[in-house]
Amino acid sequence: MSQPVIAVRDLVKTYGKVEAVRGIDLEVGPGEIFGFLGPNGAGKSTTISILCTLIRPTSGVAEVAGIDVLKDPSGVRARIGLVFQDPSLDGQLTGRENLDFHAYLYGLPGHTRKQRIDDALEIVELTERASSTVLTYSGGMRRRLEIARGILHYPQVLFLDEPTLGLDPQTRNKIWDYLHAVRTREHITIFMTTHYMDEAEFCDRIAIIDQGKIVALGTPAELKTRVGGDVVTITTPDAAAAVEQLRNVMHLEATQEDGTVRVEVSESASFMPRLFSELTIPITAVSARRPSLDDVFLKLTGRAIREQGMTSLDTMRNMGRIWGGGRR
Amino acid sequence: MSERALSAPTVPRAQTLNIRGATLRAIYIIWKRDLIRYWRDRTRVIASLAQPVLFLFVFGSGLSASLRGSSGGFGGTGSSLQYAQFIFPGIIGMSVLFTSIFSAMSIVWDREFGFLKEVLVAPIHRSAVAIGKTLGGATQAMFQGLVILILAPLVGVKLTFLGVIEIIPMAFLFAFAVSALGVAVAARMRTMQGFQMVMNFLMMPMFFLAGALFPLGANLPGWLTVLTRLDPASYGIDAIRRVVLSSSGVSSRVLDSLGLTLFGHSLSLWTEEAVLVVFGAMMLSLAVYAFRQRD
Repeated sequence: MSQPVIAVRDLVKTYGKVEAVRGIDLEVGPGEIFGFLGPNGAGKSTTISILCTLIRPTSGVAEVAGIDVLKDPSGVRARIGLVFQDPSLDGQLTGRENLDFHAYLYGLPGHTRKQRIDDALEIVELTERASSTVLTYSGGMRRRLEIARGILHYPQVLFLDEPTLGLDPQTRNKIWDYLHAVRTREHITIFMTTHYMDEAEFCDRIAIIDQGKIVALGTPAELKTRVGGDVVTITTPDAAAAVEQLRNVMHLEATQEDGTVRVEVSESASFMPRLFSELTIPITAVSARRPSLDDVFLKLTGRAIREQGMTSLDTMRNMGRIWGGGRR
Repeated sequence: MSERALSAPTVPRAQTLNIRGATLRAIYIIWKRDLIRYWRDRTRVIASLAQPVLFLFVFGSGLSASLRGSSGGFGGTGSSLQYAQFIFPGIIGMSVLFTSIFSAMSIVWDREFGFLKEVLVAPIHRSAVAIGKTLGGATQAMFQGLVILILAPLVGVKLTFLGVIEIIPMAFLFAFAVSALGVAVAARMRTMQGFQMVMNFLMMPMFFLAGALFPLGANLPGWLTVLTRLDPASYGIDAIRRVVLSSSGVSSRVLDSLGLTLFGHSLSLWTEEAVLVVFGAMMLSLAVYAFRQRD
C-alpha cells in the first residue's frame, strides 16, 4: 500500500470507567472506500469523532492525511470533509446558499467558487433544485447535499457517520451510487460507519468493530469466506432434534434460533439431498443462501447485529455530540 | 484498492492555510447568512412592528392624554412636547433591544438543529462565530429600529434627512452592544428554554430601566437612579432620543432636562457612544471566550 491516508495505532478512548474504544489499529489507503461496521455503542462514532478531531483520544496515535489529529487539528479539518450523523444544513437557505456558506468557511478562492459549487451539485444531481430552500428537500436530497458540501473544499478524506441512517432502502442505494461517483471523480478516500451489514458490500474494505475492538478486517469477500460456504436455514417442528441429528449423523454444528435451525455448509446444492435422506425428523421448509456480513458478524461475536436498546455508552456519545457537551 | 484511485490526484488540495484570511471570510459569510434569513422572513419584519405600534399609540396616546393637564407639554413649562413624542425614540430603542437579543437566539437554534456544528468544525478561528453573529444581529436590529421611523409623522415627530443619517450609527452601535451581550449569553446556552429564561431576566429590566418610557433626569429615587445608570440601554436610548428630538426641533434646554445625566452632568453623544462601544467590546470578548471554550 502506498502512504496511508488514515493511520491509527492503539487508539483508546475512555469516558470515566466506560471504555468506548479499546485499542484500535488500522490503515486506510488513498482512494479506498473503508467501512466501519458494528452495532450501536460499539465505538464507531467515537473513533470517527477522534479522526475528525472532534474528540481527543485518551491514548494512542491517529493521523489523517499525514497529520496528527492532536498536533494540528485545524490542519486535519481543512483536509477532511464531514457528513454528520444528524442533519446540519440550514433549512432556510437554498441548496446553493448552503454550499456557498461552506465555500467561504473553507476559503475556496472566489474565481473558482461558483464553478466548484456547480460541479458538486451536478455530482449529486441537485442542479435543478439548487435554488429551492432546503426545507423543501426530502431526506435523501438533504443527505446528497451534505455529501456535495463535504467534498466542496477538495478534502483528501470524506468522513460519513451513518450517512444512510433513517433512509429507505432505495434511497440508501442511491446514496451509494453517489458516493462511488464521488470517489471516481474526486480521487477521494471515503471512511464511513454504518450498522447496516448489507451496506458493507459497497466498501472496498471493512472493519468490524464490537465492544471497542476490531474483530475482523478485510474485503467483504474475504470476510465472507470466513463463514465457509452457504448458510442453510431449516424450518422444523422439532428444532432441538434437528440440531442433534445434524451433529450426530452429518457431523455439522448447527444453531437454533426462533424455531429454525441454521447451519453452514460448504456447498448447499449437494447438501440438500443428503439432508432429506439422512434426517428422520419432519422438515417444513429449507432455504439456502450465500453468506452475508450478518453471518460474519454472528460468527465472530456470537451475536446478531441488531438494533439494540440505548446502552450507557450511546447515551454518553449522544451527550458528547450535543455541542459543547464534549470534553475538549 | 482500485488502480484508478492510485493515480495522482488532479484536483487541488488545501495545502497551506491562511487562518486569518479564512476567519475574515467566515465573519462575512456568517453575517451574510443572518441577513439572507432576515430578508427571507419578511413576515417577521412586519409582525415585529406590532409591539412598537401598541406601545406608541395605545400606551403613548393614553398617557399623553392624562399628562397633558398639568403643565401643557411634557418636559416642563412652555414645552409643546407630547408624551408620545417623548417615547418615540424609546420605542426605536425597544425595537433595537428586542431584535438584538432575539437574533442571538438563533445561535441556540443552530445548535439544536445541528447547523452550528458545520461552523464549529471549519478550520477557522472561533472568534469568527462570535463576531459574525454579533454583526449579523446588530445589522438586523438596526434595520428593525430604523423601520420605526416610518411611524414618526403619526406621532408628530418631524425628521430631517440629516437627522435620519445621524440615527443610523447610533442605532447600529446600540444594536452592536446588545447583540454582543445576547451572543455572549447564547454561546453558553444549550436549550431554548434556558436562553429565554435568562433573557427574560435581562431583557425586560434592561428595557424598563433604560428610560424608554420615562425621563431619567427627573427626580428618580436614588436606587432607581443607580440602576438606570448601570443599564447600557440607557445610553443607547438617550443618544437616539437626542438625535431624533433635536432634529424634530425640540430645544436643547428641554432635551437636557429630560436626558440622561451622570453625577449631575448631561452626557454628550460621544460619551454615550463610547459607553456602548466599551460595553459591546467587553461582551464580544466574553462571547469569543465562550466559543473558544467549547470545542
